[in-house]
Amino acid sequence: MKRLLSLISLLVLASMVLAACGAGAPAYECTDSLGCVTIGPDEPVHVAYWGVLSGADGTLGEDSKRGVEIAIDDMGGKFHDHDILLTTEDALCTPEGGATAASKLAADTSIVALIGSSCSDETVGGIAAITNAGLTTISPSNTRPALSDPNRGPDYAGYLRTAHSDAFQGKAVAEFAYNVLGARKAATIHDGSAYAEALQQVFADNFAALGGEIVAQEAVAKDATDMRPVLTSIAASAPEFLYYPVFVAAGGYITAQVREIAGLEDVKIAGSDGIFTPDFVEAAGANVQGMYLSSPDFSAFPEGYAAFVEKHNAKYSEAPLSIFHAHAYDATGIVFAALEKVAVIQDDGTIYVPRKALRDAIYATKDYKGITGSLSCSASGDCGAPVIAVYEIVNSDPASWNPQDAANPNPKKVYP
Amino acid sequence: MRTTFTERFVDLAVNAFLWGFRILIVLMIVLGTFFTIRAGKYSGEQWIDFFVFGVSQGAIYALIALGYTMVYGILRMINFAHGDIFMTGAFGGYFMAIWLNSTGFIDRNPILGLLIPILFAMLLAASIAMLVERVAYRPLRNAPRLVPLIAAIGASFFIEYAFRGFFGPGKYAYPPIRVLEGNWDILGINILKVQVVVAIAAFIMMAILYSIVMYTKMGKAMRAVSESKDNAALMGIDVNRIIVSTFALGAAMAGAAGVLFALVYRQIDFFMGFTPGVKAFTAAVLGGIGNIPGAMVGGLLLGIFESVGPSLFLEGLGITRAYQLKDVIAYTMLVMILLFRPQGILGERISKQKA
Repeated sequence: MKRLLSLISLLVLASMVLAACGAGAPAYECTDSLGCVTIGPDEPVHVAYWGVLSGADGTLGEDSKRGVEIAIDDMGGKFHDHDILLTTEDALCTPEGGATAASKLAADTSIVALIGSSCSDETVGGIAAITNAGLTTISPSNTRPALSDPNRGPDYAGYLRTAHSDAFQGKAVAEFAYNVLGARKAATIHDGSAYAEALQQVFADNFAALGGEIVAQEAVAKDATDMRPVLTSIAASAPEFLYYPVFVAAGGYITAQVREIAGLEDVKIAGSDGIFTPDFVEAAGANVQGMYLSSPDFSAFPEGYAAFVEKHNAKYSEAPLSIFHAHAYDATGIVFAALEKVAVIQDDGTIYVPRKALRDAIYATKDYKGITGSLSCSASGDCGAPVIAVYEIVNSDPASWNPQDAANPNPKKVYP
Repeated sequence: MRTTFTERFVDLAVNAFLWGFRILIVLMIVLGTFFTIRAGKYSGEQWIDFFVFGVSQGAIYALIALGYTMVYGILRMINFAHGDIFMTGAFGGYFMAIWLNSTGFIDRNPILGLLIPILFAMLLAASIAMLVERVAYRPLRNAPRLVPLIAAIGASFFIEYAFRGFFGPGKYAYPPIRVLEGNWDILGINILKVQVVVAIAAFIMMAILYSIVMYTKMGKAMRAVSESKDNAALMGIDVNRIIVSTFALGAAMAGAAGVLFALVYRQIDFFMGFTPGVKAFTAAVLGGIGNIPGAMVGGLLLGIFESVGPSLFLEGLGITRAYQLKDVIAYTMLVMILLFRPQGILGERISKQKA
């Protein structure tokens, strides 16, 4: 038995030596400053998605994840005869969750690039780990303006996004409230998250610049349920327009309770892309009728988008759950387009991916024909084509949710 | 016993710090109140609104706190799964209400339409609590005190994620009850109907529970077991049965609280029990853990301070966005009670055998 074992190991050793000689070509030497990812002939190309996949905001991340999956399907699930492997990590829509998910993914040296995160808070918590591991991530749905600020700091070197910056979204809502609704006194509520805090401030600045008055800027805890006290406090300053760009849980509680407060029976209410989902309609109940929500303008997306929605509905047998699926699809497309440019493919099928070159190639993306528009990435990581629309919810039945529907959309686009 | 100079110095420093802290908090409260009232931003009616919101929230806290306090009274154990029992009640009530609503029963019989989901929720919550007691706590009855505590945390996670598995992570909207929409005019004050009904229902439940504990044979047995398990057993009391009925009673209160919560806030999810659970535990400690009227007082006070506090104390001090600090008020109250009156507002003196 022992003799047999040693014989076999000898044979294996011999065959390995022979194989090495047979390859002949000089081995690739990695000179990239951030190192290379080596993908063996039978190994898959490994990309990761991180974002919120559970909790009240789970559909936000799930929706983007589906965009990534469809993008991979469209490539036939293969990159140069290597399977594409997608790993997902739940980042819980919190800074702590983002940090945990990012460190876990950063420790995996087989990962080529990442798509994510969902919530700006997750990026704030996790981006340092990703950048320091030499990886690059493209977020389909982070909208906090500071994330792509030219002075965002070295931790953000590995961060880009295909989502719009809220610098555009807050402005669009302010213009809608002031010019279309004719509101002159507005109040805002945020939940302390990186997303909501910044977005309501952009709105407030723009609304004030237009000549309106911000009468109250309140905040609640993200897990608060009793909104009546804070709404009563806001009612004391009698706003005509109430803007709360928060997430599903808090947004649902505010909407369900706002009409019960003396002085707020007729106030116009509005939210943003964080609650642009049928889950929010389910949580908020009948009061959502007539509420305004801002979001990317689906009707401004190029033709490819309609085909995407068809594929989506066939694959998952339901309409998209949220709004950033197309942005996730484009983010995945940008990653693989850049990979195509920089990947070094050996004759035996081994692929070397120089990390810094990949990052540079992603930043150099220019006029990429995506389904959200023609995308070019700026030096500070903005790849999105920011076209914002304001929608009105016309039916409080979550089953009727279908903003992409041509004949009978809910919510319905009202601005611009 | 002689103490060294350093020991005395450290003692003095700690005392000075604690007194400084107490004075600081009291000063903040007084100054904040003074400036807020001088600013006159809120009308009298709005203050009453804050107060009423606080009472209905506090009544729900009190109902949950009862379960914590009863179990602690008997087993000297914090049942951290209690918040999730509250959640199971809300889910039970929700599915019952959805079914009744779809048959049109709620519109025809509004009172029964309210009562049946509550009773069903109480039944469901009580059965789940009895199951948890049997599976997770009874085998550990004689283990060191930390062990059942950890088991309780495990049970809490188990219930949460079992419900997540069954019903998904999303939110469910409780069906609107038409008779509860709108306001009532009580003594010239407009109060939301649902708040009044919830507060009254909670007080009735608490009164029932209190009379069970004080005036029935089972209540007497509960109090006996709480004094001493061994002596109660010697007197012929079935200790296991009494412990199970304590869990069931506390859980029934939590189950009812779950439906009341769903009536007021209109949405439920698998994780909804966590925050109210922690708050109710705070309320139980505020009132004096192990003390039933204490839990009621603690819950009400906590609810009222949370609702009135941010506007009354914090805005006057120039703190903007005060409602984000609602929880700070709740937990500052807890710290204050532990500093000023460690046994709680109505707390029992902790005797040697119980401590």
